[in-house]
Amino acid sequence: MNPIIDGIQKAFQLIFSGDPTFYGVVYRSLFFSGVATILAALWGTPIAMLIGLREFRGKTLVKNFFNTMIGMPTVALGLILYLVFSRAGPLGPLGLLYTPAAIMLGEAVLVTPLIISITANAIEAVDPEMMNLARTLGASESQTSIAILKEAMNGVILGNIAGFNRAIAELGVALLVGGGILGTTDVLTTDISLYTQRGDLGLAIAFGIILLLIVFGINLIIMLAKKARFLLTFGRSPQ
Amino acid sequence: MKAWQKILIAAALATVIVIAGTIVYFDYFARRRLRISTTTSLYDTGLLDEIKSTYEATHNIDIHIISAGTGIALQQASAGDADIVLVHAPSQELTFLENGYGVCRKIIAYNYFTIVGPSADPARITGENATEALKKIFAYGREHSDQTIWVSRGDNSGTFSKETSLWTAAGYNQTEISSESWYATTGAGMANTLNVANQKGAYTLSDIGTYLSLYKPGTIQLKSIIAGGKSLLNVYSVMAVNPAKVSNVSFNDAIDFIKWLVSDTGQQVIDNYAVAEYSQHLFYGAVQALKNGSPQPDVSWIQSYAYFNDTECPAQWRDDHPELYS
Repeated sequence: MNPIIDGIQKAFQLIFSGDPTFYGVVYRSLFFSGVATILAALWGTPIAMLIGLREFRGKTLVKNFFNTMIGMPTVALGLILYLVFSRAGPLGPLGLLYTPAAIMLGEAVLVTPLIISITANAIEAVDPEMMNLARTLGASESQTSIAILKEAMNGVILGNIAGFNRAIAELGVALLVGGGILGTTDVLTTDISLYTQRGDLGLAIAFGIILLLIVFGINLIIMLAKKARFLLTFGRSPQ
Repeated sequence: MKAWQKILIAAALATVIVIAGTIVYFDYFARRRLRISTTTSLYDTGLLDEIKSTYEATHNIDIHIISAGTGIALQQASAGDADIVLVHAPSQELTFLENGYGVCRKIIAYNYFTIVGPSADPARITGENATEALKKIFAYGREHSDQTIWVSRGDNSGTFSKETSLWTAAGYNQTEISSESWYATTGAGMANTLNVANQKGAYTLSDIGTYLSLYKPGTIQLKSIIAGGKSLLNVYSVMAVNPAKVSNVSFNDAIDFIKWLVSDTGQQVIDNYAVAEYSQHLFYGAVQALKNGSPQPDVSWIQSYAYFNDTECPAQWRDDHPELYS
């Protein structure tokens, strides 16, 4: 049978199958890339604020560095992280290689530059008058930067969505530091790779379709939430 | 405190929670784990899944399987990232033992590589032995240098080691011919390499398991042209990582697992694996065969191909486990 048609059929069979193994894979994909995105947002946002709000020497160079890191091949990063997490590597004593933590940290490292770049750009795009206005209204420096972050919220959300999408769709890091151990560290992408290796092309395509459906669904929910929030704020304070 | 500093503290906290959570989970809540680094042919055929589920059903331990080529599997093990290796490249295994990383080697299974190619067999290798076949493929490749005639793994896998020794036996220097235009290198796993050979209508060397798993569902149409014979023998061995050389390995669990693999139960799982599905053996258990000296000539071939000093594991590397060799 044509693997693509077979894949579409299998995708729908799996979704409604109730198979705990399959749901486990989906759950791990969502959980690992979700935690990775939260970590990356926490690491990246302060750096993006520093880049976006301040002027300093070498700023262009720093921005260019993070822009370049967005294009990091996932396999190359995975290999570097493998050497870091390996028992013989600097973080070896923690014993994190081939555990979920290795994937979450690795994917967080992968998407941090993406989140930094988009967030910093969004912050820079906020009208500089905003900062002055907040200060004259008596806001502390902390309150001012929070206000600007809120103003840049669309860009911040976009950065985090892009980060999540890259984390859930990447293979190199998950395979090299997670090892694709069935039931523990295998995710949708490592299983696509595994089933391709094993010649079960239909199942591989089914997993690919499911991955896309999940990303589509999550992005849709966030977009609708943004819209709803906008309508609520607009309705509450008609100025 | 500034806003970015607050977020940074939250970031540090979250990172610590993820790391500590994982360590605590694996140390106190999860079952003990045994990390097996293995070759792709054992994993991609599904044999190790079967072994894992059978073993876990009767033992209180989680088997974690990491699949890679033999070269990487051995490297991971020497770095302390595996407790056991399951590989198929005797020459690399000997180095691993000699460097002190491996102990308690046992030969657990064998089968035969196969030379596969397009069903029309343009190089006319049908009926030849493996070395004669390579000579014909070489001659045909030289005549048709505008096409891809041979596809090679080109990695450090056991299959690639076998290919190297076959070219040497046929009287060629593989490093030299690998740069010729009819010889293509994928640098990828067995399934990918078979797919490339299939697309190009070329010949390649494959383990029988991976070949059948792609051939049966019709993913590839290449035919198995040469199968069996001493030069295509493929022997799988298990070794425990030496705790005296590499720290943090679960040695006792590794020995328990090896004992199970060579027991009748373990050997039956290997021997019977997927026989119903493919109407032929993907793997043959090696332990009883070596003990009884039959079937011949397989046993004498195994002994001359995969024994070191007339034994599967010389005494200095048995690490006080003579019971494995009685």
